[in-house]
Amino acid sequence: MSLSRDQIAERLAGAGYIADGELAVAISLMDLLKRPLLLEGEAGVGKTEVAKALAAVHSAELIRLQCYEGLDQSAALYEWNYQRQLLAIQAHQVEAGGKAGAIEDQIFSEKYLLERPLLAAIRREKPPVLLIDEVDRADEEFEAFLLELLSDFQVSIPELGTITAVSIPHVVLTSNGTRELSDALRRRCLYHYVDYPDVDREARIIMARVEGAGASLSLQIARMVESIRKEDLRKVPGVAETLDWAGALVGLDVRDLADRPETVHETLMCLLKTHEDKARLSREVTERLLGKVA
Amino acid sequence: MSTAGPAPALVPGEPEAVSALVADKLAAFLRTLRDNAFAVGLSEGQDAAMLLASGYGDRPGLLRAAFKHLFAARKADWEVFDGLFDAFWLGKRVRSRSAISGSTRAANNPSLKDLRNDATNSGGDTAPDQMPAGDEPGEDRDGVGRMEGASRTDNLAETDFRKIADPAQIAAAHDIAARLARTMRTRLTRRDLARRRGYRLDLRRTIHRNISHGGVPITLVKRRRKEKPLRLVMLLDASGSMSLYTSVFLRFIHGVLDEFREADAFLFHTRLAHVSDAMKEKDPVRALDRLSMMAQGAGGGTRIGESLQTFNRWHAARVIHSRTCVMIVSDGYETGDAALLGQEMARLSRRCRRIAWLNPMIGWEGYAPEAAGIKAALPHVDLYAPAHTLQSLADLEPYLAKL
Repeated sequence: MSLSRDQIAERLAGAGYIADGELAVAISLMDLLKRPLLLEGEAGVGKTEVAKALAAVHSAELIRLQCYEGLDQSAALYEWNYQRQLLAIQAHQVEAGGKAGAIEDQIFSEKYLLERPLLAAIRREKPPVLLIDEVDRADEEFEAFLLELLSDFQVSIPELGTITAVSIPHVVLTSNGTRELSDALRRRCLYHYVDYPDVDREARIIMARVEGAGASLSLQIARMVESIRKEDLRKVPGVAETLDWAGALVGLDVRDLADRPETVHETLMCLLKTHEDKARLSREVTERLLGKVA
Repeated sequence: MSTAGPAPALVPGEPEAVSALVADKLAAFLRTLRDNAFAVGLSEGQDAAMLLASGYGDRPGLLRAAFKHLFAARKADWEVFDGLFDAFWLGKRVRSRSAISGSTRAANNPSLKDLRNDATNSGGDTAPDQMPAGDEPGEDRDGVGRMEGASRTDNLAETDFRKIADPAQIAAAHDIAARLARTMRTRLTRRDLARRRGYRLDLRRTIHRNISHGGVPITLVKRRRKEKPLRLVMLLDASGSMSLYTSVFLRFIHGVLDEFREADAFLFHTRLAHVSDAMKEKDPVRALDRLSMMAQGAGGGTRIGESLQTFNRWHAARVIHSRTCVMIVSDGYETGDAALLGQEMARLSRRCRRIAWLNPMIGWEGYAPEAAGIKAALPHVDLYAPAHTLQSLADLEPYLAKL
């Protein structure tokens, strides 16, 4: 099943994801070339959202693997349910007086296998979207393992044998850039750099996501956020923060930013997450910025 | 092959002739990408051909977007790709100096070009124009740096880099730097391994391991503490006032990048350049060759503050983790804003474990850190050390091992 680019753009919009033009190309390429998509970008630009939207596009299940330091095979791929195995062994001993072969067959059957995200993703009938989030947080060893899985789509479990993928999942990897990824992984993937949306797109995102945000207010908010991003901040606000702020403004019944500079300044806490940044955007600065955008 | 000729028509029709033409052109494009540090392999080439065949070639804009996703592998690639694509397929000029390589014209940065020559013609003399004019105490160049005899290496190790004029000695100095980086690396790694011992019981794994004993815990599995290896991030000042030292330090950095598993290097003068990839080239001459191509903007003053700002903003999150030592090699002559330098140093020191500032000038007699730049930076520096001889570099090793 391969969708055309226009169809993809249409369905993305339907899913409430306002994509830039190139993302639709990337998604159609994913299908065509059967390669995973690697998304990089600052925190808060909506990388994870892409995967969610992709799941909506294909109306597929989203399976998410959150990476962290020390993530290993037993948390990512599969694990035997040891407790159950132990219970089974003991129950069996009482009953049958222990025929080793029978017990072994039983406790190493699928019933005792705990599926973790990676295994789950290749055993679905309908190809799911597999989101491997923040892959840069996992160790390099895990990255190498992931690479193997992504090229062969099969897993070997010593006790069970090799499990081949029933369907090839749509794989999306995201990276925040806390560690340099290996060249091999990068080469394997299609690459898309997610940037902060431009004013126009951000305004459309606000309108799509925040109920009650009118066109003019959305545009004002988007412009304001853009100029705040240009200030020298320690933590630049992402799209999620923008949506929070827009939600707050709408909730406080602000129709025009210029009318309520006080409220605007007070609600900036939705955008600024450190003390320094808060101090930097003083009342005067807020008013100056407001003067430019409103 | 790199200069874009008239682009072959990308319109379908006359399939045979056109496809041969396109295949040639595509191969040339892949070469151009590789020359520009893209990691492009055979499979990407095949996929690209497939894309061309499946209708992506109809519109240049679409083809560009598709190729961009396929060939780019990092942000830097992502940013220069459009320029390269337009230059190659559409015959437009590259706006920035994103350098189609192979052309040595790209190397018009004076300081780096000098460096390259310096490394290439090992028989050549160190050109006198590398001497910083004015602040050079007039020294007798004939008599210095020529230490013969059995203990030659030792002597060299204590010779100020400025005074090493003999090309053979320069080569020897480079070797020592590389060897030093190697020994530093092995010692650090061994320490890392020796400390790895389990300290907590891993219950889950213990049960797993003992299923074969019917669940009786005979073998215990312990949890190990995983230690991050030390990461070394080097920021090298390549401005005019440092030009005598840069080539030796570059060689040192090259050795470090080669040997350390986790190291990153940046070069700055008026701006910052990430040079790790170029420097990872095994052959130092080729590494310098690639470096000179990456250099943008003519050297002149040193804007340490601005360079650090770029570093903090764009690179720090990626290259710095909790066991990182940042090593800044600079004389601290800041031509930009000293206050900015202090502010950015503060920001950097919040992020990393240690900041070591190596200043070749400390070795000079009568030098005191009075320049505004170095004064602003010093409060945030954990180790302020001389770096005018190889011995002083060697002295750093115990400090790094303690991290």
